[in-house]
Amino acid sequence: MSFAIFFILAIIAVGAAVMVITTKSPVSSALYLILVMCSLAGLFVLLGALFLAALQIIVYAGAIMVLFLFVIMLLNLRRDEYGHDSHIIQKYLGFVLVAVILVQGIVIIGWAMKDYSAASSLVSTEGTPGAGPAVDYNSAYWVARTLFTKYAYPFEVTSILLLAAMIGAVVIARKKRLPDIENEEG
Amino acid sequence: MSTGSWAPGLTHYLILSAILFSIGMFGLLTRRNAVGILMSIELMFNAVNMNLVAFSSFLTPQYLTGQVFAIFVVTIAAAEAAVGLAIVMLLYRNFRGIEVDKINFMKW
Repeated sequence: MSFAIFFILAIIAVGAAVMVITTKSPVSSALYLILVMCSLAGLFVLLGALFLAALQIIVYAGAIMVLFLFVIMLLNLRRDEYGHDSHIIQKYLGFVLVAVILVQGIVIIGWAMKDYSAASSLVSTEGTPGAGPAVDYNSAYWVARTLFTKYAYPFEVTSILLLAAMIGAVVIARKKRLPDIENEEG
Repeated sequence: MSTGSWAPGLTHYLILSAILFSIGMFGLLTRRNAVGILMSIELMFNAVNMNLVAFSSFLTPQYLTGQVFAIFVVTIAAAEAAVGLAIVMLLYRNFRGIEVDKINFMKW
């Protein structure tokens, strides 16, 4: 049952991810990306990370993708502007490079998982994740407790980063008013 | 849960994450549109998040370190999307287009 859910969500995620990078229309590309994020949220639920699943839908599929769609609408990106085919040599080289990286990653995963399964057979703490014995460590309470005690300093640094990104975005995207300033000053 | 059903292991999540990351990287390398490149980067962020959550919930389910780091990754992705889309707006205003191989004013 659990594996069937995983398999369906994984197929949806991979298929939608392929559609994100191959479709010709920018709006449908963004919508397929939302589908990827929602299926990954389902996988987070399967992993027991309920808070992160909610965060994934609210922040990623809600806020960030609305930002993307807003910019696509604002720039009035058309199908012929967005879906220009890249050079064939670029595609070929990209495919070769990505295939090498993927094979390498899968080999490393297989190599590392041999040690992991050997080690975990000694401990024998197998079982579905998130189904802890007494305390449900995946609830939002424990996530918040970890975030605000052990990782309080990175949290504060992240808030400064967000402030810097916000100011940077406003400064970069602001309309240039340099001629007015020159007229006022000189 | 354990009546003969086969729960997905850590390896399955890692391989799914590797596949998603590779798809995102392929899009990053072959898209010529700046918005498409940013979307491919978001895809790669999602794959990394999947990795972090899978490791956290399989290896150390009592510490939640991976989930907290995934929250940080989401935050960084939001900041990156805001700044990146602002740069895209600026490029569109200056070049009347956001194709990255036509924007080569730093080449010479």
